[in-house]
Amino acid sequence: MTSPASTEFVPPQLSAGPRPAQGPAADEGLARRLRALACTAPLHDLDARKANLAGEYSTYAMAEVALAAIDLVTLNMDFDTGADHEQIVARLLPRIAAQAPQRPAAEHERVARWVLENLINVGSVDRGFRAVYGTFGTDGVYVRRDYDFKLIEEVPGYGGAVYLRTTDEAVNVLVGALDTDVTSAQIAAEVKLEVLISRGRLADAQLAAEQARYRTVQYAETLRRTLEATRRNVRAVDWLGAVPDMIDEALDHVADRYRHENAILTNIRKARDEAEDQEHKRRAAELVDIVKDCIRRHTQLQSRLLEAGPLFRAEQDRQAFARPTARSGLDLYGQLVAPVLPLPVEEAIKVTDAYFAHGTGLRAPGAVRMGDLVELLLTPPVEREHLGAEMPEPDLIATPDDSRFSEAQLATAMDLLDLEHDAPRRLSGLLAEARRLDPELPYLVALLAVHAASPPVGTAYRQGEERLLFAVDDGTELDDPEFGGADLIVGTALLDAVGMAADRKDTA
Amino acid sequence: MSDHHAEHADAWSEPDVHETAQPGTATPTGGPAVTPADAADAARLVSFGLQPKLLPARDAEYADLLRRYREEPAFARIADAVATGLGLIVLEVSPRAGMAVTAAEDSVFAVRMGDYARRASTDSGDRFLHGLAHLAVAAMAFPRPDDLADDGYIGRITVNGVDAFVRQACRRLEERAEEQGENTDPATDAPGLEAAWRIYARRSSTGATKDARRLAGSTTGIIGKAVAFLTDSGFLQRTGDEGGGSYRTTARYQLQVRDLAGSAAMAELLDLGVVPVTDGSATLLPPPEGDDLELAADAGLPFHA
Repeated sequence: MTSPASTEFVPPQLSAGPRPAQGPAADEGLARRLRALACTAPLHDLDARKANLAGEYSTYAMAEVALAAIDLVTLNMDFDTGADHEQIVARLLPRIAAQAPQRPAAEHERVARWVLENLINVGSVDRGFRAVYGTFGTDGVYVRRDYDFKLIEEVPGYGGAVYLRTTDEAVNVLVGALDTDVTSAQIAAEVKLEVLISRGRLADAQLAAEQARYRTVQYAETLRRTLEATRRNVRAVDWLGAVPDMIDEALDHVADRYRHENAILTNIRKARDEAEDQEHKRRAAELVDIVKDCIRRHTQLQSRLLEAGPLFRAEQDRQAFARPTARSGLDLYGQLVAPVLPLPVEEAIKVTDAYFAHGTGLRAPGAVRMGDLVELLLTPPVEREHLGAEMPEPDLIATPDDSRFSEAQLATAMDLLDLEHDAPRRLSGLLAEARRLDPELPYLVALLAVHAASPPVGTAYRQGEERLLFAVDDGTELDDPEFGGADLIVGTALLDAVGMAADRKDTA
Repeated sequence: MSDHHAEHADAWSEPDVHETAQPGTATPTGGPAVTPADAADAARLVSFGLQPKLLPARDAEYADLLRRYREEPAFARIADAVATGLGLIVLEVSPRAGMAVTAAEDSVFAVRMGDYARRASTDSGDRFLHGLAHLAVAAMAFPRPDDLADDGYIGRITVNGVDAFVRQACRRLEERAEEQGENTDPATDAPGLEAAWRIYARRSSTGATKDARRLAGSTTGIIGKAVAFLTDSGFLQRTGDEGGGSYRTTARYQLQVRDLAGSAAMAELLDLGVVPVTDGSATLLPPPEGDDLELAADAGLPFHA
């Protein structure tokens, strides 16, 4: 206490002013920070507990892996589903391998799975974490409370698969901006990005762009939940005001961001193309990818928003314009589910128990006779025939090897044709050299050279090949005892695979 | 509906009351005597009723007995008496629902929570979740009072849909608590005072298992168990695999929820003094004033007006 406590008598009507002691309001900020702090505990815990693992795992920085995992899940979360468990493990491996390059790959994978499982907290039935903290209540009594949270949760996806999603808590911990408004934070992040780019500070710009993308994901998640509720029950959602407003707002947001991000994209592209420094160029290219991803997410969001209206009208037709029935029924949601949920669990359980007892129907109890039981217990288990009929052993006939040249000959010929890119050779010389090695070889070399006369440049380029064999006819006649025709110039061309890959990315 | 059936149940136990009203039909004192064969047929009809998945349309004998029940009051009384004696409640006897009977509270046919789910007997949170899952399935299958009242209505649900719907309701409560600045984290030494929605919100909705089955302790696992059980009770029929398994309701389910389960739960809720008193028969289309979840009953209408 820095302010002196007042000893004067305070009239009761003035007690609405400053409160004398730690009230709940004063404690609220503390509680919020305690909860934020608790969210980081599972990460620290990983490093503390790695000593308990069988084996030497102290070289791994578990908290770093965990944070990277949360990053990956957040970035791979789609609008509909979530991130794939195996994919996350696979993408974590390079980082883990870099931490301990001399360790076996199996151990790296074990670390990845261990970290991911611990973030989901597979061992507990809730699959969540709990932290205990204390606050002062309105009556000044100190109460210990449980704070339950999750970092990565498992959600059902298409076809019964299980996907991973980061929770709001995890995103907040990750971004490090607790208790902020989604919309304004995004705007702030993007304004910052623009300024950074205009000043040429790309390293910071990338950080800001990534933050903007986290925000975008978070925003999409909020909208997805609201839209889902709209589909479910027309009446459960306020279609008069809240939802149309929300959709308008979201559409405005999408349009705004789309414009904004396209402008950014143009700017960074320019920065990328004009940048002299290779490092700057690479950074700018990465930034282009991030902003493109943001735009893709916005487009996805927009198409969902446009579907909402027609869906509402269809549901409205079904639900509101049917012929009314003479009887009236019980409003199961409004009269039972909704009032039960806010009750303390020990009271709610009485209602759900009563419903369960009367709502499950009947089960005919199994009546067992002693004779049957004995027989049942003594019967050997039946072999399960789930394997199907036995497969006949296939009768295989070895096909004779009728290829003219052996693998060894091909290898020799390829060696011969593996020319330096700045030293092409005449076909006549190659043939003579081949003849010295093997009398059959000249035929193979000639064949390969003729093929190289019209090399598939486009295909090689697209497949990212770096070298390509080519042959050119410059009019010289071939002087050879076995072959006739043109004495081709055979050489190796180098392809710009890196440039090609960059081009491909751009056009995509 | 339930009054009508209660009439049957009374009819056999107090035959003298109806003696004057229905002379010459089936009173023990007058009219055609009840033969053991009639009793056997009546018991046979009840035994059909105990096989809830059996459809009268698929079984000629069942359909015959149903017709007899509807045409011969004396036979109907014996069948009702057999059912009551076995500890069963007759909900409806009709060609569409068959002999719809359900277990009375202390009957040997009643389903007990401890048999239903092992964890539920020790963990009150699990017990609540299993009960809530059944309630939520019904609420999702009959979203409006009209749907529950309309005999021709067939509800459709998916497991993931029910989970999302309850989660949504929980999330609203969470938002509301946040708006009001409530601290909903329960006191460590009084877990029973934790708000019910938090139990649900805390439980994860799914989880990976080694054998690719649903995680039994997750909310979709709990709801999946409930719908599988209801399917065995002849209350739901599985229609597909989308959304974690999709189902449609049967006439029996509607009867069970409307005439028995809903009112039993309501009575319990009223005992707790939670909702404004209703007798369960009044029209409840608009949710009660000051409803917790701000259900905007007619919010959609101006769009078409």
